[in-house]
Amino acid sequence: MKTKTNKRDYSPWLFLAPYIIFFTTFIIIPVAAAILLSFTYFNAIETPTFIGLSNYVGLITQDEVFMQKILPNTLTFALIVGPGGYILSFILAWALAQVPKRMRTVLALVIYSPSMTAGVAMAVVWTIIFSGDETGYLNSLLLTMGVLLEPIQWLQSPEYLMKIMIFVTLWGSMGVGFLAMLSGVLNINTEIYEAGYIDGINNRFQEIIYITIPSMKPQMLFGAVMAVVGTFQAGAIGVALSGANPTPQYAGQLMVNHLEDYGFIRYEMGYAAAISVVLLIVVYLFSKVAWRLFGEKD
Amino acid sequence: MSAFQGTRMNPSKFHKSQLKFLAFLIPLAIFMALPIVYIFFHAFKPIDELFAYPPRFFVDNPTLQNFVDLFTKTNDTGVPMSRFLFNSVVVTLIVVVLTVIISTMAGYALSKKNFKMKKAIFEINTLALMFVPAAVMIPRYLLIDELGLINTFLVHILPLLAMPIGLFLVKQFIDQIPDELLEAARLDGASDFQIFVRIIIPLVKPAIATIAILSFQLVWNSVESSSLYVNDEGLKTFSFYMSTLTSTVAGNNVAGQGLAAAASLIMFVPNLIIFIILQSQVMNTMAHSGIK
Repeated sequence: MKTKTNKRDYSPWLFLAPYIIFFTTFIIIPVAAAILLSFTYFNAIETPTFIGLSNYVGLITQDEVFMQKILPNTLTFALIVGPGGYILSFILAWALAQVPKRMRTVLALVIYSPSMTAGVAMAVVWTIIFSGDETGYLNSLLLTMGVLLEPIQWLQSPEYLMKIMIFVTLWGSMGVGFLAMLSGVLNINTEIYEAGYIDGINNRFQEIIYITIPSMKPQMLFGAVMAVVGTFQAGAIGVALSGANPTPQYAGQLMVNHLEDYGFIRYEMGYAAAISVVLLIVVYLFSKVAWRLFGEKD
Repeated sequence: MSAFQGTRMNPSKFHKSQLKFLAFLIPLAIFMALPIVYIFFHAFKPIDELFAYPPRFFVDNPTLQNFVDLFTKTNDTGVPMSRFLFNSVVVTLIVVVLTVIISTMAGYALSKKNFKMKKAIFEINTLALMFVPAAVMIPRYLLIDELGLINTFLVHILPLLAMPIGLFLVKQFIDQIPDELLEAARLDGASDFQIFVRIIIPLVKPAIATIAILSFQLVWNSVESSSLYVNDEGLKTFSFYMSTLTSTVAGNNVAGQGLAAAASLIMFVPNLIIFIILQSQVMNTMAHSGIK
């Protein structure tokens, strides 16, 4: 039938070439380089020297800040913001799907909008709201209500910084994953629901567990991957809010900040690379869990 | 019929039973919108209201003074604000256009062409959805240094062009186009390039709109390239300039608040407008966003 099957067809590569060039240069090579550098001592001036697993050993055994602050902080942050934002996204998407279109569009837009400028651009609002003196909105409100007697340095306080970071990140976490889940819920074939009712599903909870979620597994997985990535990308928020790296008493220090601290402040590039690799592995493991839950193969 | 009527998805009109959802959604949406509404008010406050105690949420005597100050302000090294804004607009336009073209081309090849490694490439890309650029900022920095891109305009552009999520979404979307359509065009003598331009691009407009929005958000809000790769003040972007205003606000200094609020508004409004215009296209694309 086709004559060109014998000929070698290079056209796919023509279309793919630009993407592959940039993808390789700015994603693949940096990841590979991070892995290689993590086995070296490198101070950005001398050539890297191979030191085997020392960086990793040091990270686990010597770096008290890492084990006592960074890792627990990152896990707390990730475990609350990741699943929390994800579940909230799903509930919102599910509820939105059940109101008429015009109202839904407006509400979805409002809920999505914080994620558009997520991170640094919005840090300005939050620094004003949580400002440490009595002109800060939260302080002023709580002082007037009589809850507080004197203003609290919210963003400089080790006690509150992490909570505020979690709150602000959750606020901005209804992003692409949320939109995907919303369209996932909307596109479930109504006949599946009807079949479910005949099979004896008799409350909303059963309906969500047995019909809604299984019918939109691909969107659930996409949303989960976006939630994981969003969570780990949000690392800059603590530094943006407190205005310092390291954050006060390392209270809001996450792996990304630790990485930046070693890489660009102390110039221990090899060590920073080891932190990168650990971070990438952590992200991968979190996504793997999502894949187990919602993936159709594997 | 069972007694349980169940969920009525995508209802066409309002019904009392929807009140329970609205009772939960509306307050939440208002709460989520507050900080954004606040930015709007704050940006228009005259100086005495910015410093008013107790602080007020609404603005009484709106003024454009903050914007005037912002536009006439130059930073410490004498670079005017308009220069940062100009840089941002140019960088953003270039990145959005190129990302759309590059992703759509790659999506076409991965969806409609048969070749070895097609599956492998798509799987690597799906894996790369999990990629967190911040994790590899050091090797990226070294690489960009090696390529001689430090202190160039290109450094704002090149690292953002490969967007795994963009390729992913457009490929899923092109999968919906029937092969017969392309086959028919081929029989009529259309070249590969013509098929791409005349058939693929018009049919995947929703996906293109979505990639455009996502890459817009990425590049417009990005401060990484300016803070890490560029020392020349004249080459930095507006988002970076805005982040320097923010850092002077941190702590208890309220002096820059009006400027910072005006700048955040300028950061935020384009995102919002573009999304409003393209939202139905985005939802259309998201319908095919699932990872199988």
